[in-house]
Amino acid sequence: MSRAVRFAPLALLLLVIVALVWRLATPADTDVHSTLEGKRVPAFALAAGLPSKPAFSSGDLATGRPHLVNVFASWCVPCVTEVKVLQTLKDSGVAVDGIAIRDSAPELADFLLRNGDPYERIGSDPRSQVQIALGSSGVPESFVVDGKGVIRYQHIGPIEQGDVPMILSKLEKAR
Amino acid sequence: MIAETGLAALWLAAGLAALQFVLMIAALRTETEVSRAMRSIAVLQGVLTLIAFAMLIIVFARSDMSVALVFENSNSAKPFIYKVAGAWGNHEGSMLMWVTILAVAGAFLGLLAHRTGERTLLAALGAQAVLALGFYAFLLFASNPFARMWPAPPDGQGLNPLLQDPGLAFHPPTLYLGYVGLSVAFSLAVGALLTGEVDSRLARAMRPWVLAAWILLTLGITAGSYWAYYELGWGGYWFWDPVENASLMPWLAATALLHSINVLAARGALKAWTMMLAVIAFSMSMVGTFLVRSGILTSVHAFAIDPQRGTFLLALLAIYVGAAFVLFAWRGAVLKEGAPFELVSRESGLVINNLILSVILGVVFVGTLYPLFVEAVSGEKLSVGAPYFNAVAGPLALLLAALVGIGPLLAWRRERRPVLKKLPIPALLGATALAITIILWPQMNMLPRVGFMIAAYLAAASLLPLIGRNPLRAPFATWGMVVAHFGIAVALLGMAANAAFTVERLAIAQPGDILSVGPWQVQLQSVVPTAGQNFTAVEAELRATRGGDIITLSPQTRYFSDPPTATNESAIRTFWNGQLYTVVGKQDVSGAWQLRLWWKPFVTLIWAGGALIALGGALALVGRRFRFSFFRRREKADWRRERYA
Repeated sequence: MSRAVRFAPLALLLLVIVALVWRLATPADTDVHSTLEGKRVPAFALAAGLPSKPAFSSGDLATGRPHLVNVFASWCVPCVTEVKVLQTLKDSGVAVDGIAIRDSAPELADFLLRNGDPYERIGSDPRSQVQIALGSSGVPESFVVDGKGVIRYQHIGPIEQGDVPMILSKLEKAR
Repeated sequence: MIAETGLAALWLAAGLAALQFVLMIAALRTETEVSRAMRSIAVLQGVLTLIAFAMLIIVFARSDMSVALVFENSNSAKPFIYKVAGAWGNHEGSMLMWVTILAVAGAFLGLLAHRTGERTLLAALGAQAVLALGFYAFLLFASNPFARMWPAPPDGQGLNPLLQDPGLAFHPPTLYLGYVGLSVAFSLAVGALLTGEVDSRLARAMRPWVLAAWILLTLGITAGSYWAYYELGWGGYWFWDPVENASLMPWLAATALLHSINVLAARGALKAWTMMLAVIAFSMSMVGTFLVRSGILTSVHAFAIDPQRGTFLLALLAIYVGAAFVLFAWRGAVLKEGAPFELVSRESGLVINNLILSVILGVVFVGTLYPLFVEAVSGEKLSVGAPYFNAVAGPLALLLAALVGIGPLLAWRRERRPVLKKLPIPALLGATALAITIILWPQMNMLPRVGFMIAAYLAAASLLPLIGRNPLRAPFATWGMVVAHFGIAVALLGMAANAAFTVERLAIAQPGDILSVGPWQVQLQSVVPTAGQNFTAVEAELRATRGGDIITLSPQTRYFSDPPTATNESAIRTFWNGQLYTVVGKQDVSGAWQLRLWWKPFVTLIWAGGALIALGGALALVGRRFRFSFFRRREKADWRRERYA
């Protein structure tokens, strides 16, 4: 048996140990990063979710200022608490738009009446087509879109009070 | 006091292990006569760890909440059996169990081993003590199972409900016995490399340990697979999850070792290779333990993640395996290869077996660790799943299964007879099976189709070693081999049938609705709340029929409060030709229930095959140990008659 063969297992072991040490030293990043970040919002044109509000299309996003696009629904329980946080964001000057998933106008109106209405525009996405195009898999989710209509950040799950500074800084960066 | 007794026993055992190591060095350097002392120290050390482990079981059985581990993993409302099983259903307890088995195995090695040279045995006992020493340090410094809490809390936090299953009581101990049984093979290999006495005597001393460990690993994997099948409610039997792979890798290495060790025992050949495998088999056990316990790879088996423990285990792994590999590199050159053999011979057959098993082992190892390497090099995240493993390991395993039919027919050293001529019936059966699948199910995938063919062929071919002789006079070891190889055919048939014929139905049903799945008509009768000792549940009543009698199945969704978790308890009915598998899920807004129904033809053969493989191992173990055969007495009588004739 040649020398090289006899030392091969040892070399392999070292390689594996190095990889394992590296992993122990740098714990896995388990956050999901959207692959749409850095890409333009897919083109869409949604009918108005409420007769009293304007309709919502992708063209409304490339207006020179950043938007927060909130994917929500009146039937979604976490959205009830999130909408109050969105109100505080709106109060600090953020443009918040909504995409209502599989919703109806009367239920939407009722939801906004009870919980507050931070939305400038609400588009109705009755069959989740725009939601899927955005790569969103549930409600609520939110997208920070810059003034050119490029997605800068995707937030999965409700935006909570503690997330507000982070969202504001993402919006600031997207300016 | 009980917990303190356990801790004291553990410290004493650690001290004895250190002493055992020092004595080994003395024995190897100065020829000091220490063998009696070392054997008795090994036994004492085993007894002390048993005491420590018994103390842990007692504190769990008595729900002594002042012990932190009990508080974190138990609850006074738990059924008694799960209180006891809870002792090893957690990190610290399972590591104590590991070191207990390690020390007890060392004790038995000291008591029973008479076949190796004395110096090799002493070196092996020393190696076993060093192995144990690392784990004592790990327990005492990084995961003390006996740590107290003050003041004692009123009640505990409970055991993960998925683990509250009779399977848990037996699955981890079985696997651990298997993992740690391989430690003796490791220690014997290290001892033999130190003394240079790598010969057939060593192989005969090592063989029962490897065989016993392999039987337990086989049983453990089979039982674990069935547990995942019915408890997780996904209807699958193998998920190529990192933790499952962690148990499969030592098994693959042990299977290869089991075969190569026969070459060393019978012919004195494959010395270096067999020593390497003995080292690798236990290394894979340690890699498995590290992967499971450090939580380094994402897995459905979400055990607690603790980088400090991971570092400690990795250090042990690096030291032990590294030392063994250094020893191999340094001493491997002195191993003289044994008797030569020709290209067509039993030895070559076993070499091919070892090559294929090693490649499969490599495939599983690389697949399990590959995501880690890729992320280290490129930062890209990916996961390697069933498609890779099935596509790469599947065909290799089928190739191996095909060769299993031929290998046992070959003679040692050289085979001059035309062996393939013995195979017309198996070949015919395989061809028939292939033809039937092509005619009846032209849409079937390639892997199950080939699976059916090889299963049919191997079922017949595996019996050939008993043909042409009086089967009752064949040694138990031969019977063991035949049963185990037949078991492969049985398991393969089950896997192929499951892959080809499983029918799945996911539906939303109102009470009264009738769903069809395969040959079955299943009606949802009602869904009612119910309660158990420590959970509440909703239970569905399903009536199923396929023309004949009506049977009732009652799957549940259970809600546990300590800790708050929901589990699906599937209801399974087994028939001779398959299983009807039902799961009830959540209720939707309209009041209808999610139902998942499977009809899985012949799926039980998978585990029956696993059990047969283990049974074959047991027959071989008994046969090798006692040289049994059914007609042993008669043979002896015959021999006497010859003598007096």
